Amino acid sequence: MPHRKVGFGLRSIGGAVVDGVWRLGYASRFFLMTLISSGASFRRIHLTIREIYFTGVMSLIIILVSGLFVGMVLGLQGYETLQKYGSESALGSLVALSLVRELGPVLAALLFASRAGSAITAEIGLMKATEQIAAMEMMAVDPISRVVAPRFWAGVISMPLLAAMFSAVGVFGGYLVGVVLIGVDEGSFWSQMQAAVDFRQDIVNGVIKSVVFGIAVTAIALFEGYDAPPTAEGVSHATTRTVVTSALAVLGLDFILTVFMFRGV
Amino acid sequence: MPAENLVEISDLNFTYGKRPILKGINMKIPRGKLVAIMGLSGCGKTTTLRLIGGALKPTTGSVKVAGKEVGGMDPEDLYKMRRKMGMLFQFGALFTDLSVYENVAFQMREHTDLPETVIRDLVMMKLHAVGLRGAHKLMPSELSGGMARRVALARAIALDPMLMMYDEPFAGLDPISLSVIGNLIRHLNDALGATSIIVTHDIQESLKIVDYVYFMAEGVVVAEGSAEDIKASKLPYVHQFVWGEIDGPVSFHYPSPPYRNDLLLESAHAA
Repeated sequence: MPHRKVGFGLRSIGGAVVDGVWRLGYASRFFLMTLISSGASFRRIHLTIREIYFTGVMSLIIILVSGLFVGMVLGLQGYETLQKYGSESALGSLVALSLVRELGPVLAALLFASRAGSAITAEIGLMKATEQIAAMEMMAVDPISRVVAPRFWAGVISMPLLAAMFSAVGVFGGYLVGVVLIGVDEGSFWSQMQAAVDFRQDIVNGVIKSVVFGIAVTAIALFEGYDAPPTAEGVSHATTRTVVTSALAVLGLDFILTVFMFRGV
Repeated sequence: MPAENLVEISDLNFTYGKRPILKGINMKIPRGKLVAIMGLSGCGKTTTLRLIGGALKPTTGSVKVAGKEVGGMDPEDLYKMRRKMGMLFQFGALFTDLSVYENVAFQMREHTDLPETVIRDLVMMKLHAVGLRGAHKLMPSELSGGMARRVALARAIALDPMLMMYDEPFAGLDPISLSVIGNLIRHLNDALGATSIIVTHDIQESLKIVDYVYFMAEGVVVAEGSAEDIKASKLPYVHQFVWGEIDGPVSFHYPSPPYRNDLLLESAHAA
């Protein structure tokens, strides 16, 4: 019966849309509650500092090593292309602009989602599965205020710092390959970079991007953990969803932000 | 003068989606008493406990704690009431990122402005009461199941609650830990002047310590009385449960179609 199949298909699509909208509404409410309950994260700053250590400091190694390699690859690939036009002296500006505008915030956010985002989701999901969240509620302590908000602000604070370090180490990687290994003139490498990179246009926009990515990745990780079914399978799926959704959100937001920031430059 | 009963449940119905979980429950928990809610897994015991703690709202009926309707409370009043409650979860639910000491101090830090020296003395007193003062530096991952349950008990009594709730406190414990936890529950109830509710299906241990028992099956209270009354009960549900009989009103088999159908014997014959 074709009309039955069509009806079934339409119902499935309708159901999926309704579920999606409901989940989006639930996530927005959760995000709003997190913002409203954020007072304690600053009044009791030690809670937030502790989370900055776990999300930010513990992500440093992967961020620094990745940044160094990305900068080195940029140096190599950039030199290969620029020398065809006799512009190898512009290597410094290519490396710096690529990192500060795009690669730094985006790759740092993707690494942050896989390292810290997945850890946040798994931790909160397991706290729920082992009834720690329920225990907190029974002790008249709001888990959003005590558990979620400090982690949220730790993520938002850590992300731009990590992106800045990624870019700085990446520039150093480009310098190592371009100047030390290949022999591009050191003076032109740094002076071209200094001339090309604009503080307002490049650095500030890069920082804005990384703050937005930090908000998106941390909010997704927290929501997925808090919403995870309290089973091993539920936590596993939530962790996967955090990484996938965060990656898509970062790339999508990057496009939107780039359209507004660098249009016509 | 405070009412005689700390908890009063009247005509309580609770439905999860379209599935009725509790059907017309009535209970009275007198002050100072240790009352058990017993029954098979899935009979609605833990749901009743969650309704008393305000984690769920009744579909119809009333749950009153200290004369106040729990279902109608706003979050602020609910949190105020919960400060006078303690709950021991089935597997302790200790905060795994905090040490034993910090777990017990958690509520004191959250709800009081006590100086650190006073908090330290109080934590040590609570841990001494459960015999684990020497373990205050350990992390939850370093504790055995019985020790974790005792630390959770110390944490639950941190603010001297008027009502203690225990969700399956005996689950998965060795015989020694079982007796230790059982004795602690009775002793702490009497020493603190608290009222306690134990949700359990452990017959042997709980009947030794409780004052009164409500026996639930399929969402209703089917029997109530003292431990002796429950042991002597001739009601089929209670009898099967107390004596651990394999068959009775609670069938061994989950409802299923005729065995022949599932073994495909009919279709094999036809072929």
